[in-house]
Amino acid sequence: MRERTKAIPKEAKARHIITLLVENHAGVLARVAALIAAKGYNIDSLTVGETVDPSISRMTLVVRGDDSVVEQAVKQLNRLIDVIRVTDLTGEEFVERELVLVKVKAKPEAKAEILRIADIFRAKVVDVAPFSYMLELTGAEDKLNAFVELLRPYGIQEFARTGMTVMTRGNKTPGKQTEEMWKEPDTKKVVGLVEKG
Amino acid sequence: MKLTGSEILLRSLVEEGVDTIFGHPGGVILHTYDVLTDPAVASKIRHILCRHEQGATHAAEGYYKASGKVGTVMVTSGPGACNTVTGLTDALLDSMAIVVFTGQVPTTAMGCDAFQEADVVGTTRTCTKHNFLILKTEDIPRIVKEAYHIARSGRPGPVLVDLPKNVVMGRAEYHGHPQELHIRGYKPTLQGHAGQIKRAVELMKTARRPLIYGGGGIIHSEAYEELRELVAVTRIPVALTLMGLGAFDTSDPLWLGMVGMHGPYWSNMAMIHCDLMIAIGSRFDDRVTGKLSEFGKQCKIIHIDIDPTSIRKTVHVDVPIVGDVKQVLGELNKEVRQVERHWASDFGEWYAQIAEWKAKHPLRYGPMLDVIKPQYAIDMIFEVSERMNPIVATGVGQHQMWAAQRYRGRRPRRWLTSGGLGTMGYGFPAAMGAQAAFPGDLVICIDGDGSFQMTNQDLITCVENNLPVKVVIINNGYLGMVRQWQELFYNRRYSQVDLTIQPDFVKLAEAYGVIGLRARRPDEVKPVLEQAFTTPGPVIVDIVTEREENCFPMIPPGGAIKEILDYGDPIPEKLFQGLR
Repeated sequence: MRERTKAIPKEAKARHIITLLVENHAGVLARVAALIAAKGYNIDSLTVGETVDPSISRMTLVVRGDDSVVEQAVKQLNRLIDVIRVTDLTGEEFVERELVLVKVKAKPEAKAEILRIADIFRAKVVDVAPFSYMLELTGAEDKLNAFVELLRPYGIQEFARTGMTVMTRGNKTPGKQTEEMWKEPDTKKVVGLVEKG
Repeated sequence: MKLTGSEILLRSLVEEGVDTIFGHPGGVILHTYDVLTDPAVASKIRHILCRHEQGATHAAEGYYKASGKVGTVMVTSGPGACNTVTGLTDALLDSMAIVVFTGQVPTTAMGCDAFQEADVVGTTRTCTKHNFLILKTEDIPRIVKEAYHIARSGRPGPVLVDLPKNVVMGRAEYHGHPQELHIRGYKPTLQGHAGQIKRAVELMKTARRPLIYGGGGIIHSEAYEELRELVAVTRIPVALTLMGLGAFDTSDPLWLGMVGMHGPYWSNMAMIHCDLMIAIGSRFDDRVTGKLSEFGKQCKIIHIDIDPTSIRKTVHVDVPIVGDVKQVLGELNKEVRQVERHWASDFGEWYAQIAEWKAKHPLRYGPMLDVIKPQYAIDMIFEVSERMNPIVATGVGQHQMWAAQRYRGRRPRRWLTSGGLGTMGYGFPAAMGAQAAFPGDLVICIDGDGSFQMTNQDLITCVENNLPVKVVIINNGYLGMVRQWQELFYNRRYSQVDLTIQPDFVKLAEAYGVIGLRARRPDEVKPVLEQAFTTPGPVIVDIVTEREENCFPMIPPGGAIKEILDYGDPIPEKLFQGLR
């Protein structure tokens, strides 16, 4: 899921978080990823999971690009038939969370230090072996980055990040996404669109 | 009653109003082809057996463009499906509504490198408006309904439906064609934003040198009457893109001509000197804008388009209006009629300026002695055929641009050409498709010798199906446009463009059992064309023209519009470094 791009310096282009509601069936993820890839945009992360309505999935996409480039990407995503709604959260207040699992080497003399770091970050130890710890941490991207940087000197054996998932704060829902979304479709509105054929 | 998937599919197509399928059978689509012989289906649907799947897709495009009805293609899996990719891409770029049904190996064999398997949904993901893989027989009616709806509505485009063998062979209850459809993620905006329309009118009120830059969207949305009315009220001159040709009456004094790389000098000058550009159903293709950094700096731009992604894609737009061109222009006209302004009298200087450009730089070509000038051949095609109200298709290359420049008197849906993709070989099968839609009309394909040779195998399809297409080959024994670029920008190093060794097109025609005619001298052109256009059945006319004639005016690739080269202009060395 995660394509971390090293080539683009992060400060060069603004980070955009885009959320998508998409049809939950085969090939949709490929469509979204292919569209982004075909345009040459850099995907920082892409997460996907089912919503309360099992026929709809929610994707969270983090891309870096100029505003105009991202505006174009959002429009193009919107054009995909399987994409129900696209929202660029730039400028919105939101909570962002990501999960990381790190398997770090734990020599006897380093064990205490590693646990102290885990404690400071409120990370959980989810597996212990004679010479390694597996740590789990949830948080915003910056926090996770800092955590990983602190663990790096001890020797990271295995590493997995889920990619960002986000939600706007308060009562507001992105792009007028209300409970209507989950109601039965109003077919009458759709029938009778331009029938030129 | 339970029916097989194939039976359900064809019944759905009949319900959808499909009367013609262009296609080619093969292994896994056989079951569906078998149902085509069912008398109940055969009496409603005519299948035209094309000799190559690419031709079938272009024929479907021609059928759609000429008739406004979605074109239908049916092919087999693997190679059959892959051969449709060119046509699908062409249809996507030119917004042609076609639905392509492809056979697919059984779902159990998918992904196993089965015989004639290709991941067609994956392959065509980026060259279709949408594509479907049907996994359950009972989904067929719904997906057929959705496929046709998506193809024809909004910005029209190609849709592909992949049919695994076990799905079309499986049985399901058929409850008839769905009456309603609901696609959550697809609701094209048809009505323009009222506030934006008002803003557009505000800009129009004060413009002194306005220009309408119209594209294919006017034709797709059939907004000719609204455009005519807008011009009748405002007296704003109209220039059209290659794809938009036919959308406006060419005899109207406010009609300028085509814009873009090979558009006439005056309409291109109008593009860079106007103070307000009203872009209608056109998408600022790089063949129109030339060098982007120098485009549209002098003017405000209003852009009306049904596809939001076309707006501000390349050019900054002051007033974007997303909506169906016909509806938006209808609303715009209402507002414009309220404006108290004597438009025409304000535009006197603008008209005079355009007239001056026109007088100084008319479309012209050099003297013609013994060898036929291709431009003359186009003029003669126009002269001989115009009263017969023909549908004109073209291939891609110099002949296409000469035809676009010089074939006047076009009407809506009577001009078929490949704009966005520039597909050589498009013209002849597209003409065939248009002829299938209008069997009694004169359909002319103005083709190049190179372009024709890409898809000429469908000659036999024309013979077999009584499609009397008249192919006029502008034969210069070269890949003419490529040669022109090599002459101008590659110091005359002609690499792989010489087609001197080519079939005898008259004998080729005869081999297929059609009439072949040839003109070698200027005085032969007109009589040969008259004979061709009045002879029943398909005809090939081989017009042997001057070999190294160039198509001017021309905006050099990568150059700005102001760098346009007219006939006889010296070619500045430095221009061509940004070649693309």
